Amino acid sequence: MSAASPILSSAPGCTDAPVLRQRGQREVFCGLTGIVWLHRKIQDAFFLVVGSRTCAHLLQSAAGVMIFAEPRFATAILDERDLAGLADANDELDRVVARLLERRPDIRMLFLVGSCPSEVIKLDLSRAAQRLDRAGNGDVRVLYYSGSGIETTFTEGEDACLAALVPEMPAATDSKPSLLIVGSLAEVVEDQMLRLFSAMGIDDVRFLPPRRARDLPPVGRGTRMLLAQPFLANTARALEARGATHLPAVFPLGAEGTTLWLRAAADAFGVSPARFHDATSAAEDRARRSLAPLRETLAGKTLFLFPDSQMEISLARFLAREVGMIPIEVGTPYLHRSHLGPELALLPRDSRLSEGQDVELQLDRCRDAQPDLVLCGLGLANPLEAEGFTTKWSIETVFTPIQGYNQAADLAELFARPLRRRARLMV
Amino acid sequence: MQLAVWTYEGPPHVGAMRIADAMRGLHYVLHAPQGDTYADLLFTMIQRNERRPPVTYTTFQARDLGSDTADLFRRAVLDSHARFKPEAMLVGASCTAELIQDDPGGLAKSLGLPIPVVAVELPAYQKKENWGAAETFYQLVRAFARRDVAKRTEGRPLCNILGPCSLGFRHRDDIIEVQNLLASIGVDVNVVAPLGASPTDLSRLGAAQFNVVLYPEIAGTAAAWLQRNFAQPATRVVPIGVGATRDFIAEVAQLAGLPVPHTTESRLPWYSRSVDSTYLTGKRVFIFGDATHAIAAARVASEELGFQVVGLGTYSREFARDVREAAAKYGVEPLITDDYLDVEAAIAAAQPELVLGTQMERHVAKRLGVPCAVISAPVHVQDFPARRSPQMGMEGANVLFDTWVHPLMMGLEEHLIGMFREDFEFHDGAAPSHLGHAATAAARPEVVVPLSVAEEAPAELWTAEAERELKKIPFFVRGKARRNTERFAQERGLRSINVEALYDAKAHYSR
Ligand code: SF4
Repeated sequence: MSAASPILSSAPGCTDAPVLRQRGQREVFCGLTGIVWLHRKIQDAFFLVVGSRTCAHLLQSAAGVMIFAEPRFATAILDERDLAGLADANDELDRVVARLLERRPDIRMLFLVGSCPSEVIKLDLSRAAQRLDRAGNGDVRVLYYSGSGIETTFTEGEDACLAALVPEMPAATDSKPSLLIVGSLAEVVEDQMLRLFSAMGIDDVRFLPPRRARDLPPVGRGTRMLLAQPFLANTARALEARGATHLPAVFPLGAEGTTLWLRAAADAFGVSPARFHDATSAAEDRARRSLAPLRETLAGKTLFLFPDSQMEISLARFLAREVGMIPIEVGTPYLHRSHLGPELALLPRDSRLSEGQDVELQLDRCRDAQPDLVLCGLGLANPLEAEGFTTKWSIETVFTPIQGYNQAADLAELFARPLRRRARLMV
Repeated sequence: MQLAVWTYEGPPHVGAMRIADAMRGLHYVLHAPQGDTYADLLFTMIQRNERRPPVTYTTFQARDLGSDTADLFRRAVLDSHARFKPEAMLVGASCTAELIQDDPGGLAKSLGLPIPVVAVELPAYQKKENWGAAETFYQLVRAFARRDVAKRTEGRPLCNILGPCSLGFRHRDDIIEVQNLLASIGVDVNVVAPLGASPTDLSRLGAAQFNVVLYPEIAGTAAAWLQRNFAQPATRVVPIGVGATRDFIAEVAQLAGLPVPHTTESRLPWYSRSVDSTYLTGKRVFIFGDATHAIAAARVASEELGFQVVGLGTYSREFARDVREAAAKYGVEPLITDDYLDVEAAIAAAQPELVLGTQMERHVAKRLGVPCAVISAPVHVQDFPARRSPQMGMEGANVLFDTWVHPLMMGLEEHLIGMFREDFEFHDGAAPSHLGHAATAAARPEVVVPLSVAEEAPAELWTAEAERELKKIPFFVRGKARRNTERFAQERGLRSINVEALYDAKAHYSR
């Protein structure tokens, strides 16, 4: 399967490239993990996972005991009484939610988050959410989504969460064009983007998720949505159903990536090329200048990306085009061709694309390829380092502000530092 | 349903992973969804393992539910057998797979692998990590310990060391201490397990005359079974602290039929007698951890450092009785809970001057501005220091002295603060000067006491002058001083509290 003959095609980049699909152990987080950043992003929301001790332990381990400030998430751990039907799951849930809201009167939105166990026992959390929502008399909105590992992989949890927010968004009162940026971004990145759009004359710009759950942006026929993250298939579909128009673009990683992303919006809003140039060229030049020294470390280095966050294709495109790295294999848990079309067109033709995973076979390929740098999850990084590889944890690309012009060099630095470190160490 | 924010223990299959990871030649096939692979990072990141834990997950998905999941499991067993060629295999289910009832044990056995397969059933909705580890170790011992192995009858006495495993608190360093200790007594070690043992090693367990059980949470079940079936008695003393180490030596000597040797001593007794340690006297210490470490810490704190134990608790419900007994000895209410919010409230109410706990209590203590040292799992990357840092044996006692005394204020410094409370640099949050400015900045001004404890008396009860005087009392005993004074005032029918009343109350309660 991997030795597919090159396809003769006029389509650019990897648009028509064959995709290696294998089925085996998938070494990835489940969608619950998204809570680790979402609970910081939406400041008045609380995430209550209804699941097992495993789910609680996953959240704790992924979050690290380091962010110990009382988090806005918790797990309602099912026990044998719940399973045996001795306790009415809905009564139990009411009790747990009441205790929670008593402790946290600042909470305005509560997400009930489904897990594998809650789904397998068919606990109807969506009904429970509606019931609790009515009981809350509008003080606390209660919504449901699933972050279970049998349904969702890592960043798909954010997709499910945002999709659950879409029905809550108010209807736009007119069809005047407005721009909606979809996907969690660091606040500093949001502010930079707002300044750039404002310089182009686009002032009606809103974000999903908002910083406060009660500030949900309106949506309607005039909404033009620009995805900030590549893993938002369901959210985009839900927004389209409410009238929003998707603006296809590459994702805002790197100088070129950010310009292409901004231009998709500029074109949709009829911004003149001159004005777009005035608004962006200084920042783009600065970003390119900041990447130049990193290029010295990274150019010509080979890269192997294990599937994790679905950002792998964008990352590979940025690293190949802007700092000269050579992606050998680009793995992704899922390949959403419609949203990634513009990215695939820019990806070097000879990169191998893989979707899904058999981690053992993929490790074998990685060992065969002997890449200079491996992007992988936390479970694989140290063992690969011990084998002599240089690695970068993929989770850092999710937890670090990397989008936009001013973060382009920070993003490249994430990949350069492990290489520089290995070169420096004499022990 | 139990509401949990942070948990002390993971699910029981993580306990099984800790055993599989500790051993050699064993591979664990776990029927579990993809998200459960997070557990790998416990080993590769927290323990900094250079290899992945020997675990294969089936990572079934929603669309596999139904007939396909069993097939996935069979394939995972066959593939991992072919790839890793283990001596033996462990199979089981995580919480989700337990619900779909595929029977991993039956499926694996039906494959007729040429190696032994041990199935462990770990009820995920009843039990937790340590229980899972203990049960897994017990099942492995049962499966592999051979009854036809002859017990050593001549020459030096022979024992097994049971309990050390992956993700244990300093297990790595404790075994070195204990092995040296046993060698110095004249006892040979047959097998150390699970850490470093292969299934073949387990088959030889029966050669030993007795078992040294270092961590009853992990090895208690297996040791009890070996006692019943192999007539191997087990040690009961856990050698943490000087006194316990001496008792341990005596216990081992007795089991081995040897005279109690004169052993090398620790520096702890002299350091503790040294006059500069006088300031440690009666320091209020709150202790929480797994049962073994908490009980041991209470003894060391009380008998060897001269602290006063003001709180003792554990998250190990299986060992609640032992902790209750110990708590009775120190005259404190035992705290048996796995809800860290309860622990936090108990710490705040006890107003300790030092907390000995897990990483959770370290964070609680940091928030409350109380010094803390870590004594127990759950572990953090910091609990795997580069240097050797045992808890057990005489060197372990030295380590305890250093790590527990280090966070505290030195004697003279404390006096100076008591004398010059109004010095602006001596505010309540001031940290010991040897811990540097960063610690000072992080310190918290006031201990947060739950409402039920800090019931504020009406403000007019205290005169402004008495209120100012109260502020000069170190913050960690201020709440108590306030309460005592108010009770004193109430009993005497005083309408207001002035400075005289404050000191009358102090004299009254210090009798
Ligand atoms: S994979 Fe399923 S059971 Fe495991 S942590 Fe995620 S939601 Fe919970």
